[in-house]
Amino acid sequence: MRLELKQITKKFGDFTANDKIDLVAEAGQIHCLLGENGAGKSTLMNVLYGLYQADGGEILLDGQVQNFSGPGDAMAAGIGMVHQHFMLVPVFTVAENVILGHEPTKALGFLDIQAARERVREISSRFGFDIDPDAIVGDLSVGVQQRVEIIKALLGDAKVLIFDEPTAVLTPQETDELMGIMRQLRDEGKSIVFITHKLREVREVADKITVIRLGKVVGEASPTDSSEHLASMMVGREVDLSVHKNPANLGEASFKVNNLTAFNSAGSKVLDDVSFEIQKGEIFVIAGVQGNGQTELAEAILGIQERVTGSITLEGKELLGKSVKKVLDSGVGFVPEDRTEDGLVADFTIAENLMLDRSDRPPFARGVQLQLKKLHQFAEEKLKQFDIRAQSIFSKAKQLSGGNQQKVVLARELSRDLKVLVASQPTRGLDVGSIEFVHEQIVAARDGGIPVLIVATELDEATQLGDRVAVMYKGKIVGIVSPDTPREELGKLMAGVTK
Amino acid sequence: MKQSKKTPIALALLTFLTVLIAPAVAGDEIEIQIATKTDLFPIPNLVFAAQGFVIFLAVLMLVLAVWSFYLTFSKNQKTPLIATVVFGIAFVASVLVWLFAGATMTLTTLLAGSLALAVPLIFGSMSGALSERVGIINIAIEGQLLAGAFTSAVVASITDSVILGIIAAMLAGVLVAALLAVFSIKYLVDQIITGVVVNVLIIGLTSFLFSTLLADNITVLNQPPRFERISIPVLGQIPIIGPVLFNQTLIVYLMYVAVIGVFLALFKTRWGLRVRSVGEYPKASDTVGIKVFRTRYISVMIGGALAGLGGSFFTLGQVGAFGKEMTNGAGYIALAALIFGRWNPIYAALAALLFGFAQNLQYAVQIVGSPLPSEFLLMLPYVLTVIAVAGLVGKVRGPAAAGKPYIKS
Ligand SMILES: Nc1ncnc2c1ncn2[C@@H]1O[C@H](COP(=O)(O)OP(=O)(O)OP(=O)(O)O)[C@@H](O)[C@H]1O
Ligand SMILES: [Mg+2]
Repeated sequence: MRLELKQITKKFGDFTANDKIDLVAEAGQIHCLLGENGAGKSTLMNVLYGLYQADGGEILLDGQVQNFSGPGDAMAAGIGMVHQHFMLVPVFTVAENVILGHEPTKALGFLDIQAARERVREISSRFGFDIDPDAIVGDLSVGVQQRVEIIKALLGDAKVLIFDEPTAVLTPQETDELMGIMRQLRDEGKSIVFITHKLREVREVADKITVIRLGKVVGEASPTDSSEHLASMMVGREVDLSVHKNPANLGEASFKVNNLTAFNSAGSKVLDDVSFEIQKGEIFVIAGVQGNGQTELAEAILGIQERVTGSITLEGKELLGKSVKKVLDSGVGFVPEDRTEDGLVADFTIAENLMLDRSDRPPFARGVQLQLKKLHQFAEEKLKQFDIRAQSIFSKAKQLSGGNQQKVVLARELSRDLKVLVASQPTRGLDVGSIEFVHEQIVAARDGGIPVLIVATELDEATQLGDRVAVMYKGKIVGIVSPDTPREELGKLMAGVTK
Repeated sequence: MKQSKKTPIALALLTFLTVLIAPAVAGDEIEIQIATKTDLFPIPNLVFAAQGFVIFLAVLMLVLAVWSFYLTFSKNQKTPLIATVVFGIAFVASVLVWLFAGATMTLTTLLAGSLALAVPLIFGSMSGALSERVGIINIAIEGQLLAGAFTSAVVASITDSVILGIIAAMLAGVLVAALLAVFSIKYLVDQIITGVVVNVLIIGLTSFLFSTLLADNITVLNQPPRFERISIPVLGQIPIIGPVLFNQTLIVYLMYVAVIGVFLALFKTRWGLRVRSVGEYPKASDTVGIKVFRTRYISVMIGGALAGLGGSFFTLGQVGAFGKEMTNGAGYIALAALIFGRWNPIYAALAALLFGFAQNLQYAVQIVGSPLPSEFLLMLPYVLTVIAVAGLVGKVRGPAAAGKPYIKS
């Protein structure tokens, strides 16, 4: 089906998120949408999906003008969407989430859960996913939740499929699989709109590329264009895609993890005797396929992992067994893997989110009184410094684009007095310009003389940012190597092959 | 994570209480009458040595409390539910023995009375379940019950028909629910405030109409016929169960249907899955084409109908006439039962039964003459509610989107 968007305009109050956008996606093509964080990509797709009502313009499918009063209409017209923010009910099972909205039933409207399970299994096996239909979605890792979202979209038998940053939380292997699925769907004649910030993916699968900036189309590009060209088109300036850092100026090892072992609620080992030390002024990257214990390691440091033994010390003081608040107070900066779930309060303003765990002390509080002026000043400053695209510091976190939410978390954590920084996938969902900036900030934190621990799933990020790279496999650290180790060797380590 | 210390501490306190009671148990024997005249086969009365029985129960409770301490502190494990339930039964039994020592306790009367008193609470908590599961906090159960009580009294009096009375009661409940729904869903007013305002409104309205209209026309407007007892053949003759469950009025049978119906509807049907998704994450429901607003209106209003029906129990089942503010906080207790029952209709109904039991105990004890001041007994149901909700429920999560209006862009 041919999709055509004509002169789509969408405003939030006085703010124009989409300004007369034109876009054509042909049947049997993968159309990539590129743009900075907050450029208006998700907004445009939500308009197309009927979730937002446009303030102007029209949507045409095979030349027919459509009037969507809600997503139900869009779905009926053959549009399916994988949302950037998961549209999954956490307390429901995978099967319940997948069938929601078009449930198979028996007599009298009773659910046919068996049929639902079958459907999940069928789609999973068709695309090579391995998902338990009876698992509770809230218990699954973000990567698996992403697959559930994808299954949901594929189930509807849509003719136009929108993928809004599905690869942000997938491992490279999973990303390759997904790109395979997209090609397969394209060959079946579907039109696909694919949003991503990863230029490698764009150049690999796109048939056509449209770039938008500040709500307007700035032009089309070809998949054969260089990454640098695509990046500068998106951001409107030259972007340096590599990380620059001076040789590390190492101090004492102030952050130590010793013999850390942890079990999950099912009783299996998720961390297996993990030990490492990070020196002041050093970036230590944990690489590896997601789901090999990285999440649990980060959670253990923050103090929310149950059933752990071993020790984690910061400047000689034990962190294990302390409450989260105590851990943060002792100087741990923490960027969680799941920003919407753990990093932000969706209904709080940006200013409030920037303060969050420091609301009880200077400069934001004097006695029991909040110093609102100080807070607002601080928030304005951070908004500018981190280039957070929002209408004001009083916008709610949930109104921000995905990448800008991530920037709020980073701005908060990086602007504290830190003794160690622990960040899980700090550049997830960020555009190339912001990645450049965040990398600079992380390097600056390191050069400021603190140990930095980064969990990365992107091999490029791991090797460029890290001073040392540790590879995790099945809860164990299988090797700690220098960042200029050949990729094949790292790949082998990530697969658990040790000499 | 550490296990909550609440359970062992609560058990310890209650055991201590029982130990205090034990020496105070007067009278040598307690006689429990189990059989009724209509039973299929006779059962002799049970006779216990009162004090000995309480001591036995106290020892049992002590063992359970110690076990709970051991599990919590040494093993870092939860106390199993069954242990807590057995403990609860033992505690209630010891209090009963203490109160009835030296007298005869008619078990079936006590239980049937409890069930009757629980009727409006159960209907109310079904209204709460349907409303909160779809994401609307329902403080207005009280208003729904009261409106149902008033309307059913008037309509049944005029038409001389209980059936028309309960139909009218359901409609009144729907109207009150619609008021709550419109303000919460359309005008985005805070749901708790809306609920309270609706209650105040209904209390005011019914009281006003009561004194201006009903008081002068009692025979025409406030003398409704009452529900008749219907004994179900065979089932009604099973000892204990029969007289308690199957020798009841129409509304009680409707209540059984309502509880099972709400449970099945919420957890086993397509409609229920959608309702719950809207109560958890309305935006996700919207993205799969579910009409969030409509789902909310419908579910809240069906709830209103059930609470209205429950309200008719006050006038057509219990008192036989409408009285000012006669629901007397039942709506709030129903809400407590809902939370105690973790938003599950079956558990909520069981919790409501417990509260009904506490209320009935107070009446029963007044009749045999009690060792406690009657004011204290009046407190009993409410104290139990507070303990249940605050102490035993612990960390439970209601529907995630309850109280949050859904706003479309
Ligand atoms: N519901 C809303 N209310 C107000 N402003 C909004 C709302 N949703 C989005 N915006 C604003 O519109 C702009 C575009 O957001 P959008 O989510 O479309 O960006 P995006 O291109 O998808 O970015 P990202 O790559 O970070 O996901 C942002 O500045 C955002 O703050
Ligand atoms: Mg987006």
